[in-house]
Amino acid sequence: MERVVIIGAGQGGFQAAASLRQEGFDGEILMIGDEQGRPYQRPPLSKAYLKGGTVQALSLRPDSFFETHKIELRMGCWVRAIDRANARVEIDGEQIAYDHLIIATGARNLRPQIAGLEHSVGLRTLHEASAIKAFLVNGVRVGVIGGGFIGLEFAAVARELGHSVTVAEAAPRLMARAVSEPMSARFAEKHRQLGTEIILGDGVAEIDAGGFTLASGRYVDTDLALLAVGVVPNVELAKLAGLQVDNGIVVDEMLVTSDPAISALGDCAAFPDPVTGRSIRLESVQAATDHARLIAKRIAKGADAPYRAVPWFWSDQADWKLQIAGLAGPTDTAEELADGTVLRFCGSRITAVETINNAKVHMTARKGMASGVPLTRQKFDVTPAEVLV
Amino acid sequence: MVSITFIQPDGAAQTVQATVGDSVMQTALNNNIEGIFAECGGAMMCATCHCYIDDEWAEKTGDKSDGEDDMLDCAETEVTDASRLTCQIKVTDALDGMVVRLPSELA
Repeated sequence: MERVVIIGAGQGGFQAAASLRQEGFDGEILMIGDEQGRPYQRPPLSKAYLKGGTVQALSLRPDSFFETHKIELRMGCWVRAIDRANARVEIDGEQIAYDHLIIATGARNLRPQIAGLEHSVGLRTLHEASAIKAFLVNGVRVGVIGGGFIGLEFAAVARELGHSVTVAEAAPRLMARAVSEPMSARFAEKHRQLGTEIILGDGVAEIDAGGFTLASGRYVDTDLALLAVGVVPNVELAKLAGLQVDNGIVVDEMLVTSDPAISALGDCAAFPDPVTGRSIRLESVQAATDHARLIAKRIAKGADAPYRAVPWFWSDQADWKLQIAGLAGPTDTAEELADGTVLRFCGSRITAVETINNAKVHMTARKGMASGVPLTRQKFDVTPAEVLV
Repeated sequence: MVSITFIQPDGAAQTVQATVGDSVMQTALNNNIEGIFAECGGAMMCATCHCYIDDEWAEKTGDKSDGEDDMLDCAETEVTDASRLTCQIKVTDALDGMVVRLPSELA
């Protein structure tokens, strides 16, 4: 019987297994995860979970799902090596053969060269989130290193729970990698209104037991220092196996690596942007699940349509839901519309649409981008009535 | 506990026990209800937990969330006046006996 082995039991690995069954794949599916317990969702870890959410609500599916769909789980298990010549993976001395291998190893927190890193905590795994959750009682001083999605989502929750919060970002603006300058400015203002101190253009030079020292020399007293300065893709296994790696595990438009028996998806995969052809790597639920579905279709049915999905992202910060449709390059320009929507442009082409609490415009953008017809500026013209809402 | 009955497009019914405070989406996932994919995990970023709620229950489920209709517009299944995203419906005692119909997949 044919066997698909999936390395990684996060959102992407799970979706690959579930989609394989949905597409009618009737071979064996084995999913290997390095964390304990059932596969779970990460996005709520920096949001609802910290505010009293349960572990059960994080589960992607109950145990019975994996039994019913004959998806074998090996949790708390590390893959030591991929033996491509013999099409096997090695886990703890055991060799497991595959007909097709899916690498869904995701990413891990970036730990920059800062003295005293051991005094900080990360927020990526359930284990880490649970420890932080337990610590967030009785009004503590929270320092957040990094003003990206995770750091700011966490900051908003910590403020809501009554803690004092300082965010230190090395770049001159928040979420600089993900959003336009006007959006960064609006979020900085929002967080300041929530009572969070936002420090920009001043990175952390050193962390110690009582807080951290900024590049400017200023010292921030903290009871908890959260390190949230981005992630690095888990590409080491692929590299060791001789697969092509460049920023992520390099895949083609069918999401196949340099070995035709191996696919890669999600945070760890560098794939050709369907719009520009450039190699990109996205850290998002959307990329992980859309990649997984395409790979599953290919394996189960031999489908050969290239990857075309429109990227989208979201971030919940207090009562603001930031939504981004599309993908802007770092030098793309920005135009703010009357209703608050920000359009990003590369030349005259709309590359991304950023909105806050505006699902209608967000979905219009996603649908428009998916249609393949270039979006026009006119599509986002708003009537005065809509501006008032 | 609250009973909720999920009915598939082919008429197959499954009655499950729901926990007050969970979403209807979470209830469906916990009970392996076919047709609820819940890709975004209840963040209202997709429409893959779309269902139909009969009129008699619509009032008790409460109003739609802001933006729910906009997300429903993008559902890949047929949207009607009875359409809801089940991630936005919280299970309460008032929903005991509720019937939730699942959409047929569009070809």
